[in-house]
Amino acid sequence: MNNSRPAILISIIVLIAIVLLTKLFMIQVADDSFLKRAERNAIQRVVDHPYRGLVYDRNDKLLVYNNPVFDLMVIPKEFTVKDTARFCDLFNIEKEELIIRYQAARKYSWVKPSPMVKAISNEDFARIQDYLIDYPGLFVMTRSVRAYPQASAANALGYIGEISGAQLEKDTVKYYRQGDYVGLAGMEGFYEHYLRGRKGVKYKMVNVRGVDKGSFKGGEYDTMSMAGKNIVSTIDLDLQLYGEKLMSGKRGSVVAIEPSTGEVLAMISAPSYDPNQLAGSRFGKNYGLLTMDETKPLFNRPIMAMYPPGSIFKVVQSLIGLQEGIFTPNTTFPCNQALVKCHPHPSPANLFGAIKYSCNPYYHQGYRKLINREVSSNTFIDTRIGLDQWRESVMKFGLGSPLGIDMRNEKGGQIPGSALYNKIYGENRWKYSTIYSLSIGQGEMLVTPLQMANLAAIFANKGWYYPPHLVRSIDGSSENIPEKFRTKVSVGVDAHHFDMVQEAMAEALSGTANRAIIKDIVIAGKTGTAQNPGGADHSVFVAFAPKDNPKIAIAVYVENSGFGGRAAASTASLMIEQYLRGDITRPALEEYVLAGKFLY
Amino acid sequence: MRQDDLYISRIDWITILIYSILVIIGWFNIYAAVYDEQAAKSIFDFSINSGKQLVWIGTAILLITVIMVADYRLFDNLSLILYGFFLLILLLTPFIGKEINGQRAWFEIGAFRLQPAEFAKFATALALAKFMEAPTFDLSKGKYQLRALAIIGLPIALIMLQPDTGTAMVYSAFGIMLFREGMPQRYYVFAIGFVAISLLSLGIENNLYLAAAVMALMVLLILAGKKTWQRIVTFAVMGLVIIAYSYSLDYVVSKLPDHQQNRIMVLFNPDLDPLGVGWNVTQSKIAIGSGGFMGKGYLEGTQTKFDFVPEQHTDFIFCTLGEEFGWIGSLIVIILFGALLVRLIYLSERQKTRFSRIYGYCVVSILLFHFTINIAMTIGLFPVVGIPLPFFSYGGSSLWSFTILLFIFIKLDSHRIQLLGRNG
Repeated sequence: MNNSRPAILISIIVLIAIVLLTKLFMIQVADDSFLKRAERNAIQRVVDHPYRGLVYDRNDKLLVYNNPVFDLMVIPKEFTVKDTARFCDLFNIEKEELIIRYQAARKYSWVKPSPMVKAISNEDFARIQDYLIDYPGLFVMTRSVRAYPQASAANALGYIGEISGAQLEKDTVKYYRQGDYVGLAGMEGFYEHYLRGRKGVKYKMVNVRGVDKGSFKGGEYDTMSMAGKNIVSTIDLDLQLYGEKLMSGKRGSVVAIEPSTGEVLAMISAPSYDPNQLAGSRFGKNYGLLTMDETKPLFNRPIMAMYPPGSIFKVVQSLIGLQEGIFTPNTTFPCNQALVKCHPHPSPANLFGAIKYSCNPYYHQGYRKLINREVSSNTFIDTRIGLDQWRESVMKFGLGSPLGIDMRNEKGGQIPGSALYNKIYGENRWKYSTIYSLSIGQGEMLVTPLQMANLAAIFANKGWYYPPHLVRSIDGSSENIPEKFRTKVSVGVDAHHFDMVQEAMAEALSGTANRAIIKDIVIAGKTGTAQNPGGADHSVFVAFAPKDNPKIAIAVYVENSGFGGRAAASTASLMIEQYLRGDITRPALEEYVLAGKFLY
Repeated sequence: MRQDDLYISRIDWITILIYSILVIIGWFNIYAAVYDEQAAKSIFDFSINSGKQLVWIGTAILLITVIMVADYRLFDNLSLILYGFFLLILLLTPFIGKEINGQRAWFEIGAFRLQPAEFAKFATALALAKFMEAPTFDLSKGKYQLRALAIIGLPIALIMLQPDTGTAMVYSAFGIMLFREGMPQRYYVFAIGFVAISLLSLGIENNLYLAAAVMALMVLLILAGKKTWQRIVTFAVMGLVIIAYSYSLDYVVSKLPDHQQNRIMVLFNPDLDPLGVGWNVTQSKIAIGSGGFMGKGYLEGTQTKFDFVPEQHTDFIFCTLGEEFGWIGSLIVIILFGALLVRLIYLSERQKTRFSRIYGYCVVSILLFHFTINIAMTIGLFPVVGIPLPFFSYGGSSLWSFTILLFIFIKLDSHRIQLLGRNG
């Protein structure tokens, strides 16, 4: 017998063991891709979406909350129903619908849940809750959808929607996933970081058919979701609702600010929409409709619409002139209608009268003094230097660039400087006679309603403002709101110059805006009429009240409604009364505004 | 009493120890393979496979007792009768067996199911030992070679009628025993060469590379020795035959039905069809591969107990081990199997009779084949063949047949002194 053969066999056994162990080492130790594939097989990452933060008005009235929506889910494998008629009755579903839904569910998966009845109402849910136990394989899944109890302040609050591809790319920390909802506009957009909370993640084990097999490692790697932070808005819901009522059927904006804090009390964009239209699954259907709507309900006029400031700008001109020493309260100019049209009033007027009567020729002449200071003998150069200097002063009033309100897409308006005119006319080819329209707030000058309201706040505060904002506190603390909203901004005009201006504005009402006068409340205001080449002029009014202890500063724009003393001044006056007194003593005026027939 | 003490001391306890460890590890793995954390049942629960396996283990102990107390001459005397009996059963199986997955391989007796082909292994081993024990039986002679092959071939043919290719293949393992008993080496060289060339020609996409390699090898062989015309012609013809074979094999495979082609191609690249034919191998590799060096810990695996690996408690039981005990666990089990096989070779070699030695090598052959093919298939080194891992896999037929196979040898070994006297 060949004695080497047992040894050969033993060698083969050892060789086999080495081969097997080597291959095992390769797949178990040297290659970790199998571990990843195993995790992909059996471990499911389930994201726990937190409740989004709520939004309250300044008096703790709810503006935005989360409405639970219930979906009735079915697991075909476990589902049986004996009495179909009773079932259909109970769950409020047609028999045909039931069959279609059940078959769709079966087709999707035998063991995974599919929706049977979507978006069951609260009442229906309460009714069927007790019967659920009789039907194995049925359960209710809760989603939450943004809801707005008052259907108010749609543009200020904004909306949430599915995150876009571009936003996903910008999200470098990879917090968001495809299909996540994010704030897209208004406060929802700006305070997304606070409102969203923090997502939690649960790792679940599933078997080969996708059936839940409990948490992975007893939940060791799970993280809890954290609910979003609640926000208290600066909005006064009553005032907001009242403003919306007054503006219904009209186009325009109302912005009311508390001058001492920069808090926006009301921000009305008309026409608007019911924010509930963009909540949850309705977003997909309604967003397109709203963007195509000719009245542009999604256009947030208070911060996006831009108009020439008109006569109201005369107040700014006066203040800059006083500060620069070009005017004194006693400076007079004749009402020379050869220069620019005016309306009848005592002439010549001093500065007080010029503001009170809104004298156009006064500012035509005054502005020339402000611009052409004879620093150069060349009138072109002199105008250029003067204009840029003036522009700098004007921009300190929060004009010409966005105020930085806590909303997206705020427009900055336009205060023209030499660069703009050089572009239009060429260098050294324009002088005062080219730009004189600026003297009375016309021409290439554009401001937003928000900037106008802020202007009113500056007049009220005698020379300073807090950048207007919509949020008072986040998570119960005002320390959480951005620093810039707590930082006072000075406009570079001494407070004493405002005294006369305030007086003139208070007196201006009688004559230009008699309708705005309230018996016990002294309103300082100024009418404006923004020229509109395409149609009737826009009616503008800015005001603050009470004059001696201002609580509210307001700008009202009513488009295509003519002279500012009618539509805008009436609306502003009613708003002021509503805010300061809480009720309306002039039903006739309210009627007049609600009827909306301002042109005659 | 002294006699009994002596008998017990003659039993090879090392083999029994390794056997016991493997059975116990297997039992724990069967529990892990079906363990469900959400509805955790005791390992002893008879409604799950680990509980049932405990019954099989208990009855296996009964079988062991019967074998150990029986007269050692019984196996010698009954060998041909047992062989005949099982041939008859195998003949009947395709007609009266219960059809499962298109095979009639199982007998159903009440609640029990038995697989005759499993038990026929030890009967065939006994028959081989009986036929080959004669001093005149010389495997270098063609007549005896044919006789041995016939004893092995009969059950193979009958099992193919069921048809159960996997189990039938196991009988080819007796070739290992024949190798030890003097079957000429050239057969094995030829067989290994044949398999190697088949695998290479299927595995290498372009047969030109293989042809070039074969020609180069032949040129080297010619240059290495004497350059006589005879040698040159021999190697040249050999080379051409190999190349012709590899091309014709590819041709034959390309003519096979698609699903059979897939089975062959997936062997070389399971990723070709990870959800279809490659599913078993892919999932099995994922399960084992995810175990890492130390494993996920007992009952912490996810791939087997959540049914990603099919047949996880029978043919793919090694996956559970690989996943939960990692490379270290695999190492221990492979060492245990290796040690058992080497021990059995040692025991076989110390037998005083050809009968015992041949039977011993039959045991080595069967166990080595099962162990190698089963583990190799779970890690993608061999195509999926439905054969169990000895002592590990769930199931009465498998555990019982391996136990009987092994313990008959332990019994024979414990009586090696007496057996010597009888044969002279």
